[in-house]
Amino acid sequence: MSDMKELLRQLGELDDQLVSCMRCGTCQAVCPMYAQTGRESDVARGKIALLEGLAYQLVKDPAGVQDKLSRCLLCGSCAANCPTGVRVVDIFIKARAILVTYMGLPTVKKIIFRGMLTKPGLFNGLMSLASKFQGLFTSPANDVIGTSCSRMLQPIIGERHFRLLAKTPLHSDFPSLDTPAGKSGLKVAFFPGCMVDKMYTGIGTASLKVFTHHGVGVFLPAGQACCGIPALASGDMESYLTLVRENLAAFKGGSYDALVTPCASCTATIKDVWPMLADRMSPSEQEAIKAMADKTMDINAFLVDKLGLTPPAPAAGATVVTMHDPCHLKKALGVSVQPRTLVAMNPNYALKEMAGADVCCGCGGSFTLTHPEMSAKIGQQKRDNIKSSGAQVVATGCPACMMQISDMLSRNGDSISVKHPIELYAESLEGRKN
Amino acid sequence: MNDALKKEFEALVGKDNVMESESDRFSYAYDAAVLEPVMPSLVVRPASREALGRVVKLANDNGLPLCVRGSGTNLSGGTIPKLGGLVVLTNALDKILEINEADLYAIVEPGVITAKFAAEVAARGLFYPPDPGSQAVSTMGGNVAENAGGLRGLKYGVTKDYVMGVDFFDVDGEIVKSGSRTVKCVTGLNLHGLMVGSEGTLGVFEKITLKLVPPPLAQKAMMAIFDDINKASETVAAIIAAKIVPATLEFMDNFTIRTVEDFAHAGLPVDAAALLLIEVDGHPGQVADEAEKVEAICKKMGALRIQVAKDAAERNKVWEARRAALSALARLSPTTVLEDATVPRSKIPAMMHALGDIATKYKLTIGTFGHAGDGNLHPTILTDRRNKEEWKRVEDAIDDIFDVALGLGGTLSGEHGIGIAKSKYMEKETSKATILFSRRLKKALDPKGILNPGKIIGE
Repeated sequence: MSDMKELLRQLGELDDQLVSCMRCGTCQAVCPMYAQTGRESDVARGKIALLEGLAYQLVKDPAGVQDKLSRCLLCGSCAANCPTGVRVVDIFIKARAILVTYMGLPTVKKIIFRGMLTKPGLFNGLMSLASKFQGLFTSPANDVIGTSCSRMLQPIIGERHFRLLAKTPLHSDFPSLDTPAGKSGLKVAFFPGCMVDKMYTGIGTASLKVFTHHGVGVFLPAGQACCGIPALASGDMESYLTLVRENLAAFKGGSYDALVTPCASCTATIKDVWPMLADRMSPSEQEAIKAMADKTMDINAFLVDKLGLTPPAPAAGATVVTMHDPCHLKKALGVSVQPRTLVAMNPNYALKEMAGADVCCGCGGSFTLTHPEMSAKIGQQKRDNIKSSGAQVVATGCPACMMQISDMLSRNGDSISVKHPIELYAESLEGRKN
Repeated sequence: MNDALKKEFEALVGKDNVMESESDRFSYAYDAAVLEPVMPSLVVRPASREALGRVVKLANDNGLPLCVRGSGTNLSGGTIPKLGGLVVLTNALDKILEINEADLYAIVEPGVITAKFAAEVAARGLFYPPDPGSQAVSTMGGNVAENAGGLRGLKYGVTKDYVMGVDFFDVDGEIVKSGSRTVKCVTGLNLHGLMVGSEGTLGVFEKITLKLVPPPLAQKAMMAIFDDINKASETVAAIIAAKIVPATLEFMDNFTIRTVEDFAHAGLPVDAAALLLIEVDGHPGQVADEAEKVEAICKKMGALRIQVAKDAAERNKVWEARRAALSALARLSPTTVLEDATVPRSKIPAMMHALGDIATKYKLTIGTFGHAGDGNLHPTILTDRRNKEEWKRVEDAIDDIFDVALGLGGTLSGEHGIGIAKSKYMEKETSKATILFSRRLKKALDPKGILNPGKIIGE
């Protein structure tokens, strides 16, 4: 579809949100992209001006605007610091979808989102096939971090050092669960997210172990799909809506006190993005979304706030750990104290803050694939800050951040391991009776 | 822009530092003023001061209008380019060249961010007082070009009080030097004085020498609550009359108080007619003494209540409420027009009264807060620029605000600059001869009229 009138109509619907930007430029102080380039079109104010220009036909080239819009990590630093509270991330997500409707989705993304991601059975099958053969074309890069690199895949993944897919995905070991609340009196629905299911399965098993330890019942339904954010960030509203519907179906009928995920991006998506876009769905779906979103919690926040964990003093000779605040935890959900508390629950770790702990790591989901150089530049600063902290471990509550940080540390040849707070906490339960 | 000229700019600053696409150019068509965007034909971002000078010369050789832009936070349209002109970015020139602790000065490139500079100075145990509202992003070049103010103006002065020297490029790209590292300097014309507040119309800054001072050792903040605006403004006059100059002396009207409270829940008294937020600073002994006196004056002048901040957290709370004023007001409506007509401080009651009349006359919502100590109020009009009928009333109201301010012996702008937003009012405050003199001056220094044309004195 390339109907200019329709494009203008859809942009017109964003007008009330666009006009709330008073062009003060405060976003320049916090934008990780702008810090690298110093270009106005890379910062929120510039992009909002461009969208407004397009809507009022002062800018004639939608492709140019789309290109600028893609140069954004959707980290939400601007929104979190905006004096007038402009919902920047909401605007950008909607605008990307509007521009894709007008310009069309690139074929590669069509194949990935519409051909694979929205079909969980097929997606799981392909990933499990890939996990069997990945050893053939990759070689280990860093033992401490657990990364590999690949000359053969270089045209696709560049110079990245990445974590291999798990030998068996989480959903093979735990196809489904439905256990009652134990001593805590609480029961959670568990949404591991794609990366925990297929790559960081250790986070999944650590989560389940901690739930068991605290007597928390678990509802883990089969047939979970991706939360939808990768498709949506690329403007593919169609695939996004399909994925949300698949998840609504999977969790239908479950009874639980909180829906918990160990992935900051999944949490923020279900809690903030699903309701924001619910008006595109049926009234019964809207109701189901609201019910799920209201109960959705980050795993760190759930454990600390609902179970009231109180950390012990660190042991002598404890390993130094530093924390990275994922944008989707701190800026989107205001969660930053709880992951630190969770790490402190393990007395074998002592926390040492790095400079700029809440600065974006540069991953930005598929941003790292579409803008690899920029992503690596921003990531390098994060790596430098981690290194300067002197920590032996960096902990962060988002698998996407973990992937990016692992890549950057590994490429620099650092011996610093990358962990999720839940993994560090679960370690302290080793050998202890559940 | 023609291809040959574009290539020449590319040769000067590097291809990566030249932006030509429509979407790139449009992102430099506006600033923070509520004005229509104007498209430049090219945007360049010199990465060295030498390249900046060559860019100026090339623009002049080709008669190309040139608008220097730091962070584009200008509130009077000073960084909105001329149609088809050139935008020159200074944000790659962001080096602090020297901080001299023995001689209390610093030398910076024009693109250094104000707050970063202030923090770097503070880390050396010194103090750079000017604190414009946009300091987290504004540049030192922009601050000097606009003579930026801030909350500390009353006691510490504004940017002009800290500029010891400016080296700048004339239109031929030659460096003109003015001022010195020394406290005293009467060498030559006071050209750096001319550069301060010149809004990019007379020269392009190459580097700036700034005065630093020792920081105050102690502060004490307090909030005084009034049931009558007149009592609040008389209190301001009484404090100054008692020979006390607070570092900050800020005012909020009832509408602003209620809006801030709704937004920030800072515990402000929503039924108060006005608030004064006061901070004294200096030697601990002096601070204790002055705080006591200020408290007594507030009581004597009829303050309902005075809350003195007991510790740093409480002090922070006082200033958080003040910092939230603009954001809180701006959230109420799509468009926020922040004015800064300034009057002698004794005329604040009259000005407040007039603002109330203007709001009623034009059926507008106006929240007023600002720097009571120096008469620099910020009447903030809440509107929607898409509503043409209402926007006309806003423009008429602004005309009236200026008339009143000038009638009270005040000035068009305390700290936001004239730019293109207020240039049409210039003659009202000054005289025909003033405008002519300024235009002749500009014509002599910039015969082709390339330096930020249209700003301050029109064309």
